[in-house]
Amino acid sequence: MIVAEQKALDEIRQLVGDAKQVLVVGCGTCVTVCFAGGAKEAGVLGSLLRMAAQMDGQPAAVTEVTVQRQCEWEYLDAIRGPVEKADVVLSIGCGIGVQALAERYPDAVVVPGLNTKFMGMPAEHGEWVERCAACGNCLLGLTGGICPIARCSKQLLNGPCGGSSQGKCEVGCGDSAPDCAWQLIYQKLAAQDRLHLIMEITPAKDWRSSRDGGPRKVVRADLKLPQPDIKE
Amino acid sequence: MLADEMKTEGPAPDDINIVAFCCHYCAYAAADMAGSLRFQYPDSVKVVKLPCTGKLDLQLILDAFEKGADGVMVAGCMEGDCHYQQGNLNAKRRVVHGQTLLASIGLEPERVRMFNMSSAMGNRWAEAVREMDATVRKLGPSPLRRPKANEGTP
Repeated sequence: MIVAEQKALDEIRQLVGDAKQVLVVGCGTCVTVCFAGGAKEAGVLGSLLRMAAQMDGQPAAVTEVTVQRQCEWEYLDAIRGPVEKADVVLSIGCGIGVQALAERYPDAVVVPGLNTKFMGMPAEHGEWVERCAACGNCLLGLTGGICPIARCSKQLLNGPCGGSSQGKCEVGCGDSAPDCAWQLIYQKLAAQDRLHLIMEITPAKDWRSSRDGGPRKVVRADLKLPQPDIKE
Repeated sequence: MLADEMKTEGPAPDDINIVAFCCHYCAYAAADMAGSLRFQYPDSVKVVKLPCTGKLDLQLILDAFEKGADGVMVAGCMEGDCHYQQGNLNAKRRVVHGQTLLASIGLEPERVRMFNMSSAMGNRWAEAVREMDATVRKLGPSPLRRPKANEGTP
């Protein structure tokens, strides 16, 4: 899932400015399950914004709506009415949701209520950890299902480095230090008797499949709908 | 003890409203007992029964303030005695978070508070309401009630 965190209320209020009609748009997918931008969070944020505005003597009408997914046109089309009436649309979806709203409604002022953090999973109640960096060329088959790109601070392909100590990474300290990904990879492959996988030197990674190649796009010709012939 | 409890607080001014979210298994029964035993407590409190304080949602707390409450009490079972194992502990964390949220908009965090009691503690219920009433009275009516609430929708 995409993991996000709500921005500080002060920053959100600055982004909303003195708008009189504010629409808070939640998303029912990733940010719902990481408790950052679902229907409940939209309700709470709406209440806080209304009360904060009232405390300042400048009441604002803040309403909330949550769509199943902010990153698909179909769901966004269903909220056209409230979006067009709002002075400011406060999206509490991930960065994709904010951009999708802004693209679908070019006249709407869309601002983000969340900081999108990473792709990850809940490690335990109330704690999420990063697991994928979307590098575009998955190595997990060589590393025992543990990603050295997302989980090694230095993204090493032939680790560990000298900063690995007692199974912990030198980046961070104490309890907050992450596990050394390469220590985990070694332990996993050793337990499975597959250490030969890391005996080979992995050459430098071609980062063009990642962000270094610019904004990425996936095209599936078999899924594309035929373009109708438009004759005037 | 009973004589102490029988001391009346006098009529509460109409301008103080405290919403008490009470667990069915403890505080609600304690309030019932307080009534049966004629323990006196301020009438500023309005009781809302929950099946367990674990049902408490941040939205309930915020809705109460938005709709004119000056204070919110959350009253659950004694710690370790929750009928649903840990609903009261979940509520405790939510109340702490609720206090942070209130502070973020400039409301005093003391306006929301968690209490714990058993169903046999009618005395404690009356005492808790008196404590909360005194706290809220000292803070004064909620600033949210001064300007008229905007009820418009986009």
